[in-house]
Amino acid sequence: MNNLLQLQDGEARLVADDAWTLVREVDASLPDGPLILPLAHWLIRRIEHHPARDAVWLGPDDEVESLKPWLKLLPMIALDFPSFRDGRAYSQAYLLRTRLGWLGELRAIGDVLRDQLSHMRQCGFDSFAVREDKSATDALKGLIGMSVQYGRSVIEPRPLFRRR
Amino acid sequence: MYLYDDYDRALVFERVAQFRDQVERFLAGELSEEEFLPLRLQNGLYMQKHAYMLRVAIPYGTLSARQMRTLASIARDYDRGYGHITTRQNMQFNWIELAEVPDILERLAEVEMHAIQTSGNCVRNITTEAFAGVAADEILDPRPLAEILRQWSTINPEFLYLPRKFKIAICSAHEDRAAIMMHDIGLYLYRTRSGEMLLRVIVGGGLGRTPILGLQIREGLPWQHLLSYVEAVLRVYNRHGRRDNKYKARIKILVKALGIEAFAKEVEEEWQHLKDGPAQLTEAEYQRVASAFVAPDYPPRSEIDLDHGARLAENPGFARWVARNVQPHKVPGYSCVVLSTKPGMASPPGDVRAEQMSAVADWSEQFGFGEIRMAHEQNIVLPDVPKSMLFALWQQASEQGLGCANVGLLTDIIACPGGDFCALANAKSIPIAQGIQQRFEDLDYLYDLGDISLNISGCINACGHHHIGNIGILGVDKNGSEWYQVTLGGAQGRDSTLGKVIGPSFSAAEIPQVIEWIIATFVRYRESEELFIDTLNRIGLEPFKERVYPKAQEALA
Repeated sequence: MNNLLQLQDGEARLVADDAWTLVREVDASLPDGPLILPLAHWLIRRIEHHPARDAVWLGPDDEVESLKPWLKLLPMIALDFPSFRDGRAYSQAYLLRTRLGWLGELRAIGDVLRDQLSHMRQCGFDSFAVREDKSATDALKGLIGMSVQYGRSVIEPRPLFRRR
Repeated sequence: MYLYDDYDRALVFERVAQFRDQVERFLAGELSEEEFLPLRLQNGLYMQKHAYMLRVAIPYGTLSARQMRTLASIARDYDRGYGHITTRQNMQFNWIELAEVPDILERLAEVEMHAIQTSGNCVRNITTEAFAGVAADEILDPRPLAEILRQWSTINPEFLYLPRKFKIAICSAHEDRAAIMMHDIGLYLYRTRSGEMLLRVIVGGGLGRTPILGLQIREGLPWQHLLSYVEAVLRVYNRHGRRDNKYKARIKILVKALGIEAFAKEVEEEWQHLKDGPAQLTEAEYQRVASAFVAPDYPPRSEIDLDHGARLAENPGFARWVARNVQPHKVPGYSCVVLSTKPGMASPPGDVRAEQMSAVADWSEQFGFGEIRMAHEQNIVLPDVPKSMLFALWQQASEQGLGCANVGLLTDIIACPGGDFCALANAKSIPIAQGIQQRFEDLDYLYDLGDISLNISGCINACGHHHIGNIGILGVDKNGSEWYQVTLGGAQGRDSTLGKVIGPSFSAAEIPQVIEWIIATFVRYRESEELFIDTLNRIGLEPFKERVYPKAQEALA
């Protein structure tokens, strides 16, 4: 995937040579190289390709808890925003990071736009496949967000009242 | 009232800068209408029929004289000289230019105000009753916990794109004036004998197209768990609430679909992971916030004021105003005064002109401690008026058109802005309100009728809370023309009830006559000083229907 922003050691950078190919719908022939597959298909292919080379993406209807047995195996997890107004992936990201202990790359895919990036980052996403028709360089400006956050978040688990 | 520290201040100013940038990008064509929409909504900006409308948050309906003067300046400089008090204690400006919004928000930020999350599919501003902190029947001041919850829900990244809007109210008095049964989450705060503060949690209430009273999911929740428990409810809702149909997206639909037991179980399971974690509130945080709501130092005043008594005897207009618009205060010698914004033809319900706002700011200092409240009945409250000053206040309020002695009476109509402004409305509300107010101008007669609530909504979204009016009027669209459906028997407070539709709808011109028939029926069956709602509950809907739809009754016979 190109048009990608990634956080590494607290630094945001533009990625132009991302190796992953997102497979939205699986048909007869899959492309070569590392793939991001829908959950149902990933579960099938996992049996053929061991250890898992492919990553998985979840739609907002998929339960993050279903990944629990495979977390040690997965190279990366992507969560889909079918629309930027569908906020379910924020809760999925929170649960993956906080409850299921996922430490690997967590990528936002789909309707990923500049004005929501800081919320995604605070909920634990660390890579952002910005929508193809938008400039990733421009979107970078949306990653920081506000300096004050009252509640807690994945990246700052202490609410402000414990810090002020 | 709560005063900002450096964090609170930084947040509102950063938010203004962020939105200024978003407005610029929208105007430059870099953001599409669709992309801009939720951003502007979460900053309180709606697109109405004729212009943008900005909804300014007034937490707990409380504002200082300085803040009120700022609202007056916004009305003067950026609107057509007035603002509108909403049924959720906010203030709306109806004639706003998009390019000027960042400047307006900056002016608000300078006086510790904002418009954050007054709209959009997120947690809206937390509400309490207008008399919080001063009501004579108060158990605890609900505002410290409301403020803690307001802060926690402000720009909380996980919950900004919920299936639908989410409203939370908190109440801690014998009489529920915060309508907690009508909210997505209703919280009732009380104290045990040993002094422990506990919460009763109610979910899934709401008006709108599917009016329903909330159901209790938790009793006896220690206050320290407020944030984690609300977080659990919101996470269950965010994950599982319907998103395929906006009319089925409120939490009440999810609660109904799962059943209250199953929903409560989901919440409880989620909460087990969160409780006793970092979100657990501390006594220090409670005290920090509560110290902002400490009651002013009331100089002692005598409960008995001879001059006041003499003026009551001499001036029946003043006596009536005191009887209707002045409420008991928990400190002897003081009163809470309600300034009615419902003078009738002179001004639509809830509208306040800039000069009136400035005058109210002055009175709050002259006759109180500089504090002002907005009530959900769309009136203004001065919470700390010494009894001896009531007469002077009444005289000045009357000069400004804010002295109408009709609080709680038939003409104290609650109405949304309706089809004159709102893009969602099926029908106009304001002319209906004024038609009724014109028909019932005789204050003596109104006074004899006693408490009657009349609520008007211009559409099913129910901003005028028509379901909980003793008399409710709902604007409906029939083949492109405006009609009005009438409900009877609604009530708010401890005995919250949803009104029932009495029959086919009426044209705007018919409404004043229909209301007159309803009132005539009440008068005919009323026993001594009985309240309208009590007569109605005693005799049922039939006598009212017979009077309003005589022909239909004949046809049946």
